[in-house]
Amino acid sequence: MIDILSKRYLYFAISLLVILPGIVLLGISGLPLSIDFTGGSLLEVQLEPDKGLNTIEIITLYEEAGIDDAQVTTTDAETLVIRSSFLTNEIRDSVLTAMREKAQSEIDVIRFDSVGPTIGRQVASRAALAVGFAALAVIIYITIAFRKVANAFRYGVCAVIAMIHDVAIVFSVAGIGAILFNWQMDALFLTALLTVIGFSVQDKIVVFDRIRENSTLLRRLEYEKLVNHSIVQTLQRSINTQLMTVEFLLLALALFGGVTLQEFAVILLVGLFSGTYSSIFIAAPILVLWENREWTSWFRRGSAA
Amino acid sequence: MIRNLTNRMVTILIVLALALWIDLSSQVELVNPFDDNTLFNHDVTPRLGLDLQGGLQVLLEADLPEDAQIDASSMETAREIVQQRTDALGVNENVIQVAGERRIVGEFPGLEDTESVLATIQQTGLLEFIDTGDFSPEPGTILKTDYSPTGEPIEAASAEETVYHTVMTGADLDSVGVTPDELGRSYVINFQLTPDGSEVFGTHTAANVGKFLTIVLDKEVLSSPTIAGAIPGGQGTISGSFTSDSANALAIQLRYGSLPIPLKIVETRIIGPTLGADSLSKSVTAGLIGMIIVALFMIIYYRMPGIVAVLSILFYGVIAFAVFKWFHFTLTLAGIAGFMLSTGAALDANILIFERLKEELRNGRNLAQAIDQGWTRAWSSIRDSNLSAIITSAILFWFGSTFGATIVKGFSLTLAIGVAISLFTAIYVTRSLLALSLRTFRPQNYPLWFGI
Repeated sequence: MIDILSKRYLYFAISLLVILPGIVLLGISGLPLSIDFTGGSLLEVQLEPDKGLNTIEIITLYEEAGIDDAQVTTTDAETLVIRSSFLTNEIRDSVLTAMREKAQSEIDVIRFDSVGPTIGRQVASRAALAVGFAALAVIIYITIAFRKVANAFRYGVCAVIAMIHDVAIVFSVAGIGAILFNWQMDALFLTALLTVIGFSVQDKIVVFDRIRENSTLLRRLEYEKLVNHSIVQTLQRSINTQLMTVEFLLLALALFGGVTLQEFAVILLVGLFSGTYSSIFIAAPILVLWENREWTSWFRRGSAA
Repeated sequence: MIRNLTNRMVTILIVLALALWIDLSSQVELVNPFDDNTLFNHDVTPRLGLDLQGGLQVLLEADLPEDAQIDASSMETAREIVQQRTDALGVNENVIQVAGERRIVGEFPGLEDTESVLATIQQTGLLEFIDTGDFSPEPGTILKTDYSPTGEPIEAASAEETVYHTVMTGADLDSVGVTPDELGRSYVINFQLTPDGSEVFGTHTAANVGKFLTIVLDKEVLSSPTIAGAIPGGQGTISGSFTSDSANALAIQLRYGSLPIPLKIVETRIIGPTLGADSLSKSVTAGLIGMIIVALFMIIYYRMPGIVAVLSILFYGVIAFAVFKWFHFTLTLAGIAGFMLSTGAALDANILIFERLKEELRNGRNLAQAIDQGWTRAWSSIRDSNLSAIITSAILFWFGSTFGATIVKGFSLTLAIGVAISLFTAIYVTRSLLALSLRTFRPQNYPLWFGI
């Protein structure tokens, strides 16, 4: 039988290697939060073909309306994306009228998002609170569901630690994406993050359930071997489920899903992969580490291993 | 093995037929065949969210200090008023909901003329001064007026109905105050009009001395004072037998309109129809391609159980879509993500069972034992993993609905419903179909039929 658990500190090191660069980047540049969380406005407009407004003209128009922090990005010749601080609907209308006059063109609003400054911050903090509550509920649920196993509480805690690991991986990828591709953390990112959290917990329970079953069947077996055995038994299922949900469905979404969905699909792809990875290589090893109380021997593997 | 397989198959076929009926129609109607009376009628038109068909979403917040206590019933009244006002604009499918203690979310899918809706919502209430001639209606009466925000003429619905002329609207009011009258026994309301309003008001009052000038708020009569004399300068008073309280109440209504709570727009999202349609068609294509690959993989890898699983997933999709339509869920991109995750959970349940089945077959059990064991053993992990998903989505749903974060709400709702349905299809449908096909084909060659 494959011995997966003996190299557990290597897995922890690999995870750190993936997590740290992105988190350090985020630490330096700050979270690339979109207006969904910071407040502000995004106006995406389309002009008639061959009509155009240059960046300076638009910034001037915004300044005339009293908004002095407009930033313009052009995706193609006739489509403009303008980010700025919070616009009221009156200011937006006046800016649009001014743009129409200046460009001598009909202007279609493709998208307009305007989020008040306080509301965005509240959404971000409440989302964190909701995730915290969800984590707590998961610990309680697992402790109850595993009550017949010794130290049921540990399973819940390990599931949550591995979930935090997955969240950290997602943030790291978002951090790297922010530098390389100008990604922003928006409401869709929050959805992806929630999906990853939901999947992560679900996946942990499948592996833990096998440990629960084996611990009554194979009472004599040493804990580390028992856990290893359970991982190997569920391995085929982990690989197949991972292939189904992640690679197939999400690759299709990433490849065919259009620009708005690509960032979402990539984040999900990495996050859900991490959800399966962390069941085997983070959550289960921590259970063993805890059982062997390896911190008493400076994280050397348990003497019996 | 399953004993009452016929009953199970009948149940499955009935559920499937009902689900398909809902999926394929936009109206579910039951007519009594004897007297042609409609016994039951339920609208099941699919609802697409703003991100899929374009439209407007606004988040309104009580314009009061952070720590102010806000009465839940006043929020509900405010919601109703916003609903009535936007209904009056002829926008269909608009949904106005209270979110938490101090916010109201309004959604207008498919709306293109966003300016007029935003302007209407932001109005504090449509206050009109109408010419009722010699008629003095009681407060509370509903009157029809000829004022039209869109410029379309308003006509009487029948010959008996009178349409009164609107002299001016609340937009012409500059300021409103309350003072005691000269005798100190009652109170009067002072108002100051804008320059435009002053002119209109001056002409009208000069020509109609002694007639009634009725004040209506959202078409409901507040007060019907007599014009005592021409008011040229735009400064006037409304007198009557007001107490301090009733005068102040009317002044507040004149100032802020009918909303019991002042509201401000804190978030606006407008999505053009082309962007929405583009997202919809691309995510549908992507979903189809993904599902075809998944189906092929399942069939090649798990053979006969794989085919059963694909049927069961299709079944799951048909039921889930019917449930979404029945309960008028709005489908959004986030909702599709939640649905995809629950499809993953449905697949996972099948994979868990089949892996277990193969394991038991490899351990030398006969087919009947292996199938029984496969289900019993896989059940605890399917139950616990799916229940934890439902718990998580319940918490996220609570967060989404108290905060007007519709994206989180849509995600968690479709996830929870999808997971619940997938439990039914994995346990009940997959198992029955597998039993049926085993009974029909009586496989002997396990590697060929089960891919072990």
